[in-house]
Amino acid sequence: MTRKRIVLTVLHRLAILAYVAFALFPLFWLLKVSVTPTSLLYTEGIRLWPSRASLEHYAFVLTHSSFPTFFLNSTIVSASTAVIVTIVAALAGYAMSRFVFRGKYWIVGLLLLTQMFPLVMLIAPMFKMLSPLGLTNSLTGLVIVYVAFNVPFATFLMQSFFDGIPKDLEDAAMIDGATRFTAFRQIILPLTLPGIAATLGFVFTAAWSELLFALMLISGNQATTFPVGLLSFVSKFSVDFGQMMAAGVLALIPACLFFLLIQRYLVQGLTAGAVKG
Amino acid sequence: MASITIQSITKTFGTVPVLHDIDLSIADGEFVVLVGPSGCGKSTLLRMIAGLEDITGGEIRIDGRRINEVAPKDRDIAMVFQSYALYPHMTVADNMSYSLKLRKTARERIAEAVGAAAGKLGLDPLLERRPKALSGGQRQRVAMGRAIVRHPKAFLFDEPLSNLDARLREQMRAEIKRLHKAIGATSVYVTHDQIEAMTLADRIVAMHGGIIQQVGNPLDLYDRPANLFVAGFIGSPAMNFVDGHCRSGAIETDDGSRIAVPGGIDLAEGQAVTVGIRPEHVRIVAGSGAGSYTARVDLVEPTGFGTIVHVRLLGQDLKIYTLERGAAEVGEPLHIALDGDRLHVFDRETTNRIG
Repeated sequence: MTRKRIVLTVLHRLAILAYVAFALFPLFWLLKVSVTPTSLLYTEGIRLWPSRASLEHYAFVLTHSSFPTFFLNSTIVSASTAVIVTIVAALAGYAMSRFVFRGKYWIVGLLLLTQMFPLVMLIAPMFKMLSPLGLTNSLTGLVIVYVAFNVPFATFLMQSFFDGIPKDLEDAAMIDGATRFTAFRQIILPLTLPGIAATLGFVFTAAWSELLFALMLISGNQATTFPVGLLSFVSKFSVDFGQMMAAGVLALIPACLFFLLIQRYLVQGLTAGAVKG
Repeated sequence: MASITIQSITKTFGTVPVLHDIDLSIADGEFVVLVGPSGCGKSTLLRMIAGLEDITGGEIRIDGRRINEVAPKDRDIAMVFQSYALYPHMTVADNMSYSLKLRKTARERIAEAVGAAAGKLGLDPLLERRPKALSGGQRQRVAMGRAIVRHPKAFLFDEPLSNLDARLREQMRAEIKRLHKAIGATSVYVTHDQIEAMTLADRIVAMHGGIIQQVGNPLDLYDRPANLFVAGFIGSPAMNFVDGHCRSGAIETDDGSRIAVPGGIDLAEGQAVTVGIRPEHVRIVAGSGAGSYTARVDLVEPTGFGTIVHVRLLGQDLKIYTLERGAAEVGEPLHIALDGDRLHVFDRETTNRIG
C-alpha cells in the first residue's frame, strides 16, 4: 500500500516536473541566448549554457538603444490601461451582478459581440477614427484602444467575482447605515481584492505584450512600446538575437514584479466566514 | 423604539404577486412573529420594512413617518440575517461597531456600546477574532450584537436560527426572548418554525400565499385557529383533519362514523365540514362506551416525553399524542374518546372556522 503511494507520488511529481520544464524552457532559452556573446551564438549551436557568458547585450540595450524609452512607454500604457479597465470593469461588473435593468441582455450581448471579431479587421477603422482626433502615434490613443478592448472581458471576470459575494452583506451594510456605494467600497471591494488583482494582472499582461495595434498606430520612436521596439532588432539581412533576447528578459521584469505584488491577493480566499460555510 | 404600521401593502415580482393587501400594526415594544411556509411572502414583507425591497403598493410607517421612499440607512432599524451576513474582513468588534462608525459616533461611545453588547452576549473573549474563526452559534451572537449596539427603532429578524443545530437553536431562542425582555425593543421576527413563533411572540401573524391568515397571541392561534391553514400549521404533531357532512344533528364522516357536533356551533343539514382534532386532545379510554371509538393501533412513535400513536379511524390515519407510556401496542385495539369542546369545525368550502 505505502509502496504504491510512493510510486504514485513520484509519478505525480515527475509529471509536474515535465510540465514545468516544458513551460519554462523557452524562458530559459531566452535567458541563455541573452547572455551568449554574439561570437559564440552560432558556433556553439544548441549547448545548454554558453562556454562564456557575458552581459554585453544588456549593456548595449540599456545604453545604446531606445529601449529605456520603450519600457517607460510600455509601463505607462500598461499600468494606465490596467487601472482604468479595472475601475470600469469593477463598477460595470457590480451592476451586472446586482441590478436588474432594462436592456441588460442587450448589453451583455454587445459585450460578447466585441469579443468575436479578429482584431486585424478593426485596425483600419480604428486608425481612421483616431487619426482625425490626433490620437495616432500617442500613448493616450493606445490606452483608449486597449481599454476598449479589455473592458468587456474584464467586466465578465469581475461580475463572476461579485456573484460569489453574498448579497446579504450589502443589505446588512445598508441597514447598518451605509449607502449602496459606501457598502460597495467598504464591504464588497475589500472582499473582491483577489478578483481585482486577477483583473489587474490579466489586463496589464495583455497590454504589456500587445503588438498589433501598437505597431499600426504608433510610428515615431518616442511613443513606441517595447513589443514594437523588439522588432527593431530585426533588420533586412539579420536578426540580432542576443540584443533582442536581452531586451526580452528586461521586459519580463515589470510583469514579474507586478505579479509578485498581487500574488498574495490572487491566492487569498477572503470571503470565508461571511455566511455559514 | 417605535411602532410600525403596514397599510394595504402589495408586492409583485414582475407579474407575480407575492403579497396581497397586507394590513398590520405593530405596537411599540411588541414582539411580532411572521410565520408561514416558505414562499408565503413573510421574508419579502420583512425586507420591505427594512427597505431592501421596493413597495409595489400601500404604505409602511415607522413611528407615524411614511418610509416608502426612505433609504434603508435612514430607517434606523437593525436586521439579523439568516446567513448572519457578517463582514468577513472585519473583526467581531469592527463588525459590531460598523454602524456606529458610519454614524460618526465618538470613539469612546463606540467602545462603550460594543463592550456593553459584547457583555450581554458573552462575546468579550472573541472581539478580536474574524468571523471565519467563530462557530455557528458565535456568529449568530455577533449578528445579534451588531443589531443591538446601536439601539435602533426596531429589530428585524429573518429566520435567524434556521442555520443552527437543534440544541443551539433552543438556547438562542431563549436568549432572544430574554434580550427582548431586557431591551423591550419593537421586533419583527420571521420564521417558518411554529415552535419559535409560539415561544417568542407577543403576537403571531400567520401567513400563507401572500395573505395574512390570522393575527393573534400564540395561544389564540392554538386554541381557536381561524381557518384550516392555521389549524394545520400551528401545533406539533399536526392537527388531524376529518372530512364529513352534517347529517341529522351530527357530523357523519366519509367512512360512516358519527361525531357529535360541539356546542355553540350551528350547521346546516348536509353542510360539508372538516373537523380538526389535535392529537393531544384525543383521549385514550379504558373501555368502549357511549361516544367512544375503537380502532386498531397502526404505529407507535415514542418521543421520550410522550408517544405518538397512529390508529386507523374515521377513514384516515389519526394521530394521538399521549403522555402515558405503553398505552398502546401495535396491532392491539384501542378505545378513544373525543372531547366535544376541543374539536374545531371548519367549513370545507371556505376553509374558515365555524363557531
